[in-house]
Amino acid sequence: MFFIYLRRELRRRMRQAVFIALGLALGIGLVITVSAASDGVKNSQATVLHSLYGVGTDITVTQPPAQGSNPATSFGFRQEIHSVRSGQIAAGTSIDINHLANSAYGTLGAGSVARVARQHEVTGASGGLTLTDVTVTGTVPSLSAGRGSISSSFTTNSFTVDGVDLADTALGPLSAAKLTSGANLTAADATSGDAVVDSGYAAQNNLKVNSAVNVGGTRFKVIGIVSVPQGGNPPDIYIPLAKAQSIGQTGTAGLTREVNTIYVSAASAADIPALQRQLATVLPHATVTDQSDLASQVTGSLSSASSLASNLGTWLSAAVLIAAFGLAVVLTMAAVARRVREFGTLKALGWRSRRIIGQVMGESIVTGLIGGALGVGLGYAGVTLIDRLAPPLSATVGSPGSGATPGTLSPGAGSALRALTSTSHTVSVSLSAPVTLGVILLAVLLAIGGGLVAGSFGGWRAARLRPAAALARVE
Amino acid sequence: MYELHDVMKNYPKGRGTVTALQGVSLVIPDGEWLAIQGPTGHGKSTLLHIIGGLDRPTSGTVKLGGQDLARLPESKVTGVRARTIGFVFQTFNLIPTLTAAENVQTALVPLGAGAAGRRARAEQALASVGLGDRLNHLPSELSGGQQQRVAIARALVKAPRVLLADEPTGNLDETTRDEITGLLGKLWREHELTMVCVTHDSAVAARAQRIVTLRDGLLATTGRGPSPAGALSIRSQRKGLLA
Repeated sequence: MFFIYLRRELRRRMRQAVFIALGLALGIGLVITVSAASDGVKNSQATVLHSLYGVGTDITVTQPPAQGSNPATSFGFRQEIHSVRSGQIAAGTSIDINHLANSAYGTLGAGSVARVARQHEVTGASGGLTLTDVTVTGTVPSLSAGRGSISSSFTTNSFTVDGVDLADTALGPLSAAKLTSGANLTAADATSGDAVVDSGYAAQNNLKVNSAVNVGGTRFKVIGIVSVPQGGNPPDIYIPLAKAQSIGQTGTAGLTREVNTIYVSAASAADIPALQRQLATVLPHATVTDQSDLASQVTGSLSSASSLASNLGTWLSAAVLIAAFGLAVVLTMAAVARRVREFGTLKALGWRSRRIIGQVMGESIVTGLIGGALGVGLGYAGVTLIDRLAPPLSATVGSPGSGATPGTLSPGAGSALRALTSTSHTVSVSLSAPVTLGVILLAVLLAIGGGLVAGSFGGWRAARLRPAAALARVE
Repeated sequence: MYELHDVMKNYPKGRGTVTALQGVSLVIPDGEWLAIQGPTGHGKSTLLHIIGGLDRPTSGTVKLGGQDLARLPESKVTGVRARTIGFVFQTFNLIPTLTAAENVQTALVPLGAGAAGRRARAEQALASVGLGDRLNHLPSELSGGQQQRVAIARALVKAPRVLLADEPTGNLDETTRDEITGLLGKLWREHELTMVCVTHDSAVAARAQRIVTLRDGLLATTGRGPSPAGALSIRSQRKGLLA
């Protein structure tokens, strides 16, 4: 009887049921679309961040450069510049100087990695050196009394180099790189003169597997070409950490047993804030940065889309859902009001209030489920539209003076970002909105929830009816 | 047997109250057909609702088989309505989306009867009111008289001891009124019902064993349909027929 009655009532109030279902469908469809778009934006952000940060890395630890240094401009060439200006190097002398410089960071002793690794929530810690290879070539100009410009007489060439701890390649920038040809660096290459080159840099410089590259004056053999998904901002060349430590310099000091970045993975995402605080205690002068800090520095349309999805999208979905729920409640209560005599009659026949409430709620839940099914369809349609029509998003990962907005980030985190992204870099990211099982489940729950809310109000009204008053109602 | 003692019913209206019943006392023996008459708005339907457990008196007692419906918890009163009392309304009050058979079955739902049993009993009840060939018709496909027959079948399908009818012929033409009144009389006899019928129609009231008149919430007069002796005679005849 329950299902017969339910089916017939829904058929009788078809227009109203369809109206309620469509309202719920619109709300649920929006929730699905916005959730999927939000997930898509998050995935795109993660892709960009992984290319900077490495897959699996939750936190990076870096050290700000020592005060008074100006690594961005000098790259450790102060002595040479002074020599030219003071006339110690004669005019007409050919200059060809090459440094592998630690230009943007302070250094962290090798013991720092071990101290970080000992923290309770840390599941992995790996040290690395992010360096810049700078070559200056030219002929010393004639200067009178040490005055005049010398910069126009020299050519500067630079590329970025990452010293990778090959004992743990699951963390750090190399973890995000995909091998496109040759072989990757392995633990066996820890002291070798092998290098892996980013595909973009390889293409620009016509490098192939078995080509030779000069890094900090040392010759390396290219054993593999890698690419970073979505074009991120990878280093140009990856070399073993031990080699980077032996040839790299901070100013004139060597980098033996030093690292300038520690990549950390946490036991769980929930541990990250606590771990950040712990690491700040263990290494009080270091800068501890997590992915959300970096994410706040990603600008461009990807950032706008993220903001749109998390703010406008969420509020729009919530508003439409609330409106749909409200509409369902009002229409259900109106329907109950029109059926007062009917419910009064059923009560006169001995139907208990809970059975009548169950009947009203059953009708509402079925309407909600129909709305949910329609909403899933609408959601899929919305997601398909996003997949097909959304233009590629651009993500700008800033460097000093670029489009980044360091003012929104702590100075330390800003420097970490600058170090990770030595140049302003805009990448194009395609937006794909994934509809997950969780989102579908959410839609079903919302549908049932909408039905329950509307049915509860309607049922409550039906339950409050006194049979005599209901039967006395004139229709 | 119904025993009503000093039943009062007040309704709040605005800042004041309206008194619908002013101390009604009434005894309705088992098997009696009682007609309640009176002007509109003088408490007839209120009294019927109180007798049927659809409403509670402000004061007084309403005993049915020794149980005071005025004091029973709502769940128990609902149970009494489900098992013991059948209702017939002026406007039939059928569920418009359910067929005749399904409407009749709604009276069996509270009793927990199985679907097959419900169906069989509903068909039997509809056959007994002459609608065996209208089982699957919706109310909108039936005439007024037929709808009232469905309502009567719905009231009687659970074999109640009491049938309460509120203007059962109020919406019917004279011919149909006579058919329905005749049907009610036949069923009253066959089922040994205690029947209370609120009616404006003197022709309907005249078929009752006893007529009471309500005026201003007071039981004003008590008259006869057939004399008490006649009533006894009818019950004797009925028992004889059943035997």
